[in-house]
Amino acid sequence: MNPLESITGTITAGFVLAIVLNFVIKALAGV
Amino acid sequence: MDFNFLAFDRWLHIVAGVTWIGLLYYFNFVQAPALAAATADKGGPGGAGITKYVAPRALLWFRMSAAVTWLTGALYLAKNGHLHGAFTLGLMAEGGKLYLATIGVGAWLGTIMLFNVWVLIWPNQKKVLGLTPATDEQKAKARRTAFLASRTNTLLSIPMLMCMGSAFHGLPF
Repeated sequence: MNPLESITGTITAGFVLAIVLNFVIKALAGV
Repeated sequence: MDFNFLAFDRWLHIVAGVTWIGLLYYFNFVQAPALAAATADKGGPGGAGITKYVAPRALLWFRMSAAVTWLTGALYLAKNGHLHGAFTLGLMAEGGKLYLATIGVGAWLGTIMLFNVWVLIWPNQKKVLGLTPATDEQKAKARRTAFLASRTNTLLSIPMLMCMGSAFHGLPF
């Protein structure tokens, strides 16, 4: 299912991506 | 009187960014569902007033504030000497790697969003609103492309804002 089809799916996917990127950024910075 | 150019530029960046993302949320959370409800309401007044009088004005402020947001942000990084370091995510930097990686991911997300506004949303919305000629089939395709690009930007705005807010103040996790 495409999360972009609904507003709640879009917002949920946005927060999930943000949390993933939080840890990606820390890994890139080596902290 | 001292003039702090970076503080002034950052202020403009925030004002333009609030305008941009505020209108993005208006399109996604208010206008698109309202137009769908207006179309479904066969006995109602319809959505012609929104598409004729509201949407073109909202789109003008939307795309111009997007451009100002990106330009003031890029200028801020350039004046700080962080433009290259941010866009390379701090991978080639000696120090300040967490700041550069955080602001860099935010800058890349903002850049992708600017591309979506000017290359995908605006040209397709012009067809949908009848500002450029298009067949019904072309309009339907343009409506779908603009919708998905707008929803993508709404999704990306959440991590983008996390990065912008966290570069100086720390990440949430």
